[in-house]
Amino acid sequence: MVDLKDRGTVKVIDGRFQFKGKFHYIYPNTPIRDESGELNGVTNPRDMTYVHMYGGEAPFFDSLRDGKLLGTRCDNPDCEHTGTVHVPFKIHCPDCLKRNTIFDITEIAKKTATVHTFMVTERTGAFNTLEKPIRFINIEFEGVSTILMGYLPVGEPKIGMRVLPIFQSKNPTFTILDLAWVPEGTPESELPEGFTFN
Amino acid sequence: MITFSERQLKIPKMSKPVYLVTGGMSKFGRAIPEKRTEELVIDAFNEAAEFIGKTSAELKKYIHSCYYGHFADHFGDQLLGEAVIHDRLGLDPLGNIGIKTGGATGGSTIWEAFKAVASGYSDCVLAMGWERMDEVPTDEGNHLISCAADKDWETPLGHIYTGYYAVMAQKYWQVFGKSEDSFRETMANIAVKNRGYARMNPHAHGAMDITVEDVINSPVVAYPLRALDCCLMSVGAAGVILADEKTAYELTDNPLLLYNAAASHTLRVADRRNMEIPLLPNESPDQYKDLGERFPGGDRYPGFTGFLAARMAAYYAYRMAGITDPNEDLDLVELHDAFTISDIQSYEDIGIRPYGEGRTYVESGDCYHTNPHTGKPGKLPANLSGGLIGCMHAVGATGIMQTIEVAQHIWGRWAEMHEDQRKWDTFGRKKPSDWTDLQVKGAKRGLAISHAGVGSHVTATILIHPDHQLERRF
Repeated sequence: MVDLKDRGTVKVIDGRFQFKGKFHYIYPNTPIRDESGELNGVTNPRDMTYVHMYGGEAPFFDSLRDGKLLGTRCDNPDCEHTGTVHVPFKIHCPDCLKRNTIFDITEIAKKTATVHTFMVTERTGAFNTLEKPIRFINIEFEGVSTILMGYLPVGEPKIGMRVLPIFQSKNPTFTILDLAWVPEGTPESELPEGFTFN
Repeated sequence: MITFSERQLKIPKMSKPVYLVTGGMSKFGRAIPEKRTEELVIDAFNEAAEFIGKTSAELKKYIHSCYYGHFADHFGDQLLGEAVIHDRLGLDPLGNIGIKTGGATGGSTIWEAFKAVASGYSDCVLAMGWERMDEVPTDEGNHLISCAADKDWETPLGHIYTGYYAVMAQKYWQVFGKSEDSFRETMANIAVKNRGYARMNPHAHGAMDITVEDVINSPVVAYPLRALDCCLMSVGAAGVILADEKTAYELTDNPLLLYNAAASHTLRVADRRNMEIPLLPNESPDQYKDLGERFPGGDRYPGFTGFLAARMAAYYAYRMAGITDPNEDLDLVELHDAFTISDIQSYEDIGIRPYGEGRTYVESGDCYHTNPHTGKPGKLPANLSGGLIGCMHAVGATGIMQTIEVAQHIWGRWAEMHEDQRKWDTFGRKKPSDWTDLQVKGAKRGLAISHAGVGSHVTATILIHPDHQLERRF
């Protein structure tokens, strides 16, 4: 078994990555044979940790634990589509490529978030950490040009249903999994462990 | 972008016409543990050479540059897999390049090859695609496929690409299908049709003799999609040779004109902003004014119900080839039936039916080889290969397989390539006792749509017999 306490961690110091710990583990390969015993191939075990930077999206993923949902808006007066609001967060305006303005849309979300469409599935891929069945929802907000994807850990989704954002504020993962949605009227006591309304 | 400039809407031009000379395919399977990928590619290449009475060595001498479609490197833990294949095909020192556009990889590979000939860079090119998705357990396969979604905003949500697609299916089902049982049956009929046609195809690995009830009773994947509504996950290879006119007629006396156009839309469906519907030649500007009234919730375009990339690929390609109405000008189509419902959506995107009315293409019987209501030939048969649901979805090869299948009808050689008992034996498959010749009689023109996932990339490949060209007025 892998000793997780040795798992690699990364810091950025003076503009450089500082890697500490183990980023990969080596296991022996094994032969693959058919029923007659003939060699068909081999297994190639790989256990490694990827490293990934959020860049200009980092404020979005860091704000979730504080109960804040951030969006972006094009404020370039010369843009053909100035004022367009993007959630998911877009660093640059896709029309004029000027840097968008980051702003807090938590209150807009609380007042207007509505299910545009949804999906319920028992099937997941490897590395899934969500409880099954998963209820994906796609959320419309008033004044927002895009439709955010999320998940609904409580209740059954319906098109047109009002939902509220909840945030994994106690043990944040700093991923999109820190944001979830519940039907309007859900009491705090029914939220999944670690999640709060604010 | 949500508005387009005239320059962006310009119909693509070619410096010279491009011809499809030949094509070949390997066996397709869920798993082919006895063969390396290069063996499958060489099987496809050999079939292409044999089809025009050449040896592979002879055919290779005509090729000037090579285009390789292979999407999912990370399944095989092998970067530059294209270089491995190129070497094993013995095509060094020719220039070669790998192409990756998700499920549209096969069509995009033809797009690149087409442009190389159309520009005059090469007289003759190879477009070869393949995929190998059998070398991981299914759940890891699902994760690896989900990496084609946005890794920060989507993939962590279940690591299941089908889920990111199924939300679109749900919206279409409720808005345009109105959640009706009859619509659900229409979806099921597509699965029955395509798996049934696959029974006549020795290359296919999803052949089934099933009923609508079988589809509707199969396990739910993501409601309303059930297991038998979904495409296959496959291993295999397919390749075509494209050439300019002079070279094409040196290689064969019967090449087909080929046109190809590509388009794109956002990787995340989330990012799709409202826009006006770009119109195809058989549509009128006021046609969709009341779409939202007829289908409440259907006025957001493309929203979660339309595929802008498919619409724009058809927009460019129809005008390149002179097609004014696909129903009148085409004799057969191969569509990207990743799911039964996406098949219906694509009928609308490419103008076989207006938006909101896709289901009638199936319900009228037009999409069948033989219309089940009249017993006469279907007006525009679709996916006689079995499609992705019945034949295969070996991603990098899919769009190429579709193109070859369409071509074999126009060449009038579909039966020759599907009936031969030796091929059934070689692939270890039992030819059904009721094997039926699905040749579309008198086929002159056809279309293949190659489509990536939730619609990030789509290509439209049009094949036309040179004696039946259309007036190109655009």
